[in-house]
Amino acid sequence: MSAPADNVVTELDSRDALEQYVLRLGDNALVLGQRLAEAMTHGPELEEELATANFALDYIGQARMYYGYAAELDGAGRDEDYFAFHRDSGEFRNFLLVEQPNGHFGDLVARQFLFESFYLLQLEALADVSDERLAAIAARAVKEIRYHLRHVSQWIVRLGDGTDESRRRIAASLAELWRFTGEPFAGDAVDTAVQRDFGGPDLERLREAWRRNVATVLNEATLEVPEDGWMDGGGRDGRHTEHFGYLLAEMQFLQRAYPDARW
Amino acid sequence: MPNEDWPLYEVFIRSKAGLSHRHAGSVHAADAEMAIDHARDVFTRRSEGVSIWVVRSSDLVASDPADSAELFEPAADKIYRHPTFYDIPDGVENL
Repeated sequence: MSAPADNVVTELDSRDALEQYVLRLGDNALVLGQRLAEAMTHGPELEEELATANFALDYIGQARMYYGYAAELDGAGRDEDYFAFHRDSGEFRNFLLVEQPNGHFGDLVARQFLFESFYLLQLEALADVSDERLAAIAARAVKEIRYHLRHVSQWIVRLGDGTDESRRRIAASLAELWRFTGEPFAGDAVDTAVQRDFGGPDLERLREAWRRNVATVLNEATLEVPEDGWMDGGGRDGRHTEHFGYLLAEMQFLQRAYPDARW
Repeated sequence: MPNEDWPLYEVFIRSKAGLSHRHAGSVHAADAEMAIDHARDVFTRRSEGVSIWVVRSSDLVASDPADSAELFEPAADKIYRHPTFYDIPDGVENL
């Protein structure tokens, strides 16, 4: 478990902070994209499976944009493949929420709903940052995520306000994942620097909007908002849950076994 | 959820403004909102459309193939209904 240094320094150089921030966005997108890709051939219906595949592709496309930009900011001659395939678990900064296993369809929907309710707000704020490249990536991604969230919100309502069985299972999925919903709002030096230097998101305001939006959908689904309890975290310091190693092993196998293999 | 629980919806796509919606295929969906989403993901992922209609397949009323003799064949021997007696001016592709 390697704790990276960015969490202990209080003042960060703008450019370093921006690079870290963009890398985190890339890690969230890649890891969730990989998880959604794993769900292929496990969808409840052909059409829903295509929707999930589309979401996976959207995320992997976003990860490429973030990693490409992070590589430029980094200036050390790395590329997007380096970030995706040549880093170990401790170097990935994604939220614990997005690395959680797919479970059953309700688990997948709950994870998607909780994360995207945050990510959409984050992207809407990032579309206005003073860094033009990041703003442009966010403006493009926001359209994709707005559609995803609409789609999964409908599922939350269908399952919550559906049969006794679907209601019981989606409520359990939401309760199970709830402990990962504190991490996105627990800002650190990188978030502070990006807010200060580039007009990045105000996490407190995002948290209020997130709670409101999540409650609106859960209310329509006739579900209770789960109680806040102990919140898990550490993804952004490279401390991941036990599931993450398996995800990386599968995702990185080819590049690890045959370094720099190409199609 | 087995297939029979989800009704079939017919999907119509308008490929660009000014053209009419054309039948693109069908999707299974639990409700109309889901049918729109599924139609979007199945039929418009390569920019094929700007507007989608969906309708429950069971709500479509279709002509009976057994009736095609009386419905369609009488038109075949009324050649005066076909615009085949006009000379199309040179250079006009569609009239």
